[in-house]
Amino acid sequence: MSQTEAHDLDARVVIIGGGHAGGSAAAFLRQYGHTGKIVLVGDEPLLPYQRPPLSKAWLKGEADAESLQLRPDSWYAEAGVSLRLGATAVSLNRGARTVALASDETVPYDHLILATGARARALPIPGADLAGVLALRTAADAEALKSALGPGKRLAVVGGGYVGLEAAASARALGAEATIIERESRVLARVACDTLSGFFQRYHGERGVVFVLDAGVEAFEGEAGHVTGVRLSDGRVIACDVVLVGVGAVPNDELARDAGLESAGGVVVDLEARTADPRVFAIGDVTHRPLPLYDRHFRLESVPNALEQAKQAAAAITGRAMPPPEIPWFWSDQYDLKLQIAGLPFDADRQLVRGDVAAAKFAVFHLKGDLVQAVEAVNAPPEFMAGKALIGKRTPIDPDKLANPAISMKDVAA
Amino acid sequence: MAKITYIEHDGVEHAIDVKPGLTVMEGAVKNNVPGIDADCGGACACATCHVYVDEAWRDKTGTPSAMEESMLDFAENVEPNSRLSCQIKVTEALDGLVVRLPESQH
Repeated sequence: MSQTEAHDLDARVVIIGGGHAGGSAAAFLRQYGHTGKIVLVGDEPLLPYQRPPLSKAWLKGEADAESLQLRPDSWYAEAGVSLRLGATAVSLNRGARTVALASDETVPYDHLILATGARARALPIPGADLAGVLALRTAADAEALKSALGPGKRLAVVGGGYVGLEAAASARALGAEATIIERESRVLARVACDTLSGFFQRYHGERGVVFVLDAGVEAFEGEAGHVTGVRLSDGRVIACDVVLVGVGAVPNDELARDAGLESAGGVVVDLEARTADPRVFAIGDVTHRPLPLYDRHFRLESVPNALEQAKQAAAAITGRAMPPPEIPWFWSDQYDLKLQIAGLPFDADRQLVRGDVAAAKFAVFHLKGDLVQAVEAVNAPPEFMAGKALIGKRTPIDPDKLANPAISMKDVAA
Repeated sequence: MAKITYIEHDGVEHAIDVKPGLTVMEGAVKNNVPGIDADCGGACACATCHVYVDEAWRDKTGTPSAMEESMLDFAENVEPNSRLSCQIKVTEALDGLVVRLPESQH
């Protein structure tokens, strides 16, 4: 493929996936001067919207559907983005450069961007198909959960991850009872350190959330087709009116795999978000991507990652310079807590707590020698912001200074 | 509606009618103004919607909260008129507002 062909601003770009990643890729292509046709295929019937508020502000009734939508209806027509909403892509033909939709339409492309995201992992146990057993991934999921919550309702959450904790906090705000059932001995077991797990469990507990840890889930029990309880492997039954299953996400990589593209628990891409096929990109939750800072590949589930890769693909297609690499980061809002995480604790040999855990204002730094690999900050924006910069710049720090909150983060980083 | 002019770092201007009730950040993102990323969607968690408020408008846009202040403290290229645009609510009183964008949000 010649350079001219690769950077043809009039090329036809097809984006599969109408989430934050896919919607943003269309927008960045236009920002970067792409003039060719853009087709956005999404299996939900909605225009691209923000998912993070679905378990937070939206669930509590503090944000409406319009505010969640990334761009207004009118933008897509004005920007010349053709929409195929409620449409499912069923196969790729990379030789012919076409995508087949379930509607039998065949969509040709010069460049393809796979932004198919991830889906909620299902629990294949008896009763999983009862009414009231819900997941939380889409706006439709969130509608179902919201309509089941309210004063006196009993929510059982299976899985003590971020989605579960956020939903439990929102449920409490709506006057519902919430019980979190977790297989491990602590919440956030796979995604946060012990200190943070302990802190969040205590904070939720003080606000009425009940935890059942080290608990296997055997089945969902129901009456007249609706869930009434969660049966644990030790025989206990947690009575409830609604269940949220929040046990992780599975990448929607089937389309890519069936077309012979490599997946390693996520579609493998390079730092330009390109797969092994130069005309096929993949972005967002579905990808297994390089993390140069940590010298490995990983699948990230976050909006910043979706935006970064959307920019990479748009830059590669339009022949623009690659945007500077970013430090992975994540956030969560629960009650009056703002959790901000920068970096990933790979290869860390030490954890250092700065601040006051009991006062809900602290940060846990994950160090590898005198380098910061990651920081988890609760109500501590300076620690998050300065920590993020330290991770990116690989500046060595003095751990004694870092542990002393009387020394400002500016002086620690100096 | 309030007309807000967003000026990119290279001088390109975008004059946008923004509905009161939205934030200055949302006015930019919903109209695809380049240079405001807003990774966190307005949660004051990321500082990627940094703008410089035109001097004439600094009083009318109010003062940053402690949270915004501490985020800005560590953002790149901060000036005395720096704000996070997700924290500025648009009202009719902001009709005519001019904000400039930094070279980079990261």
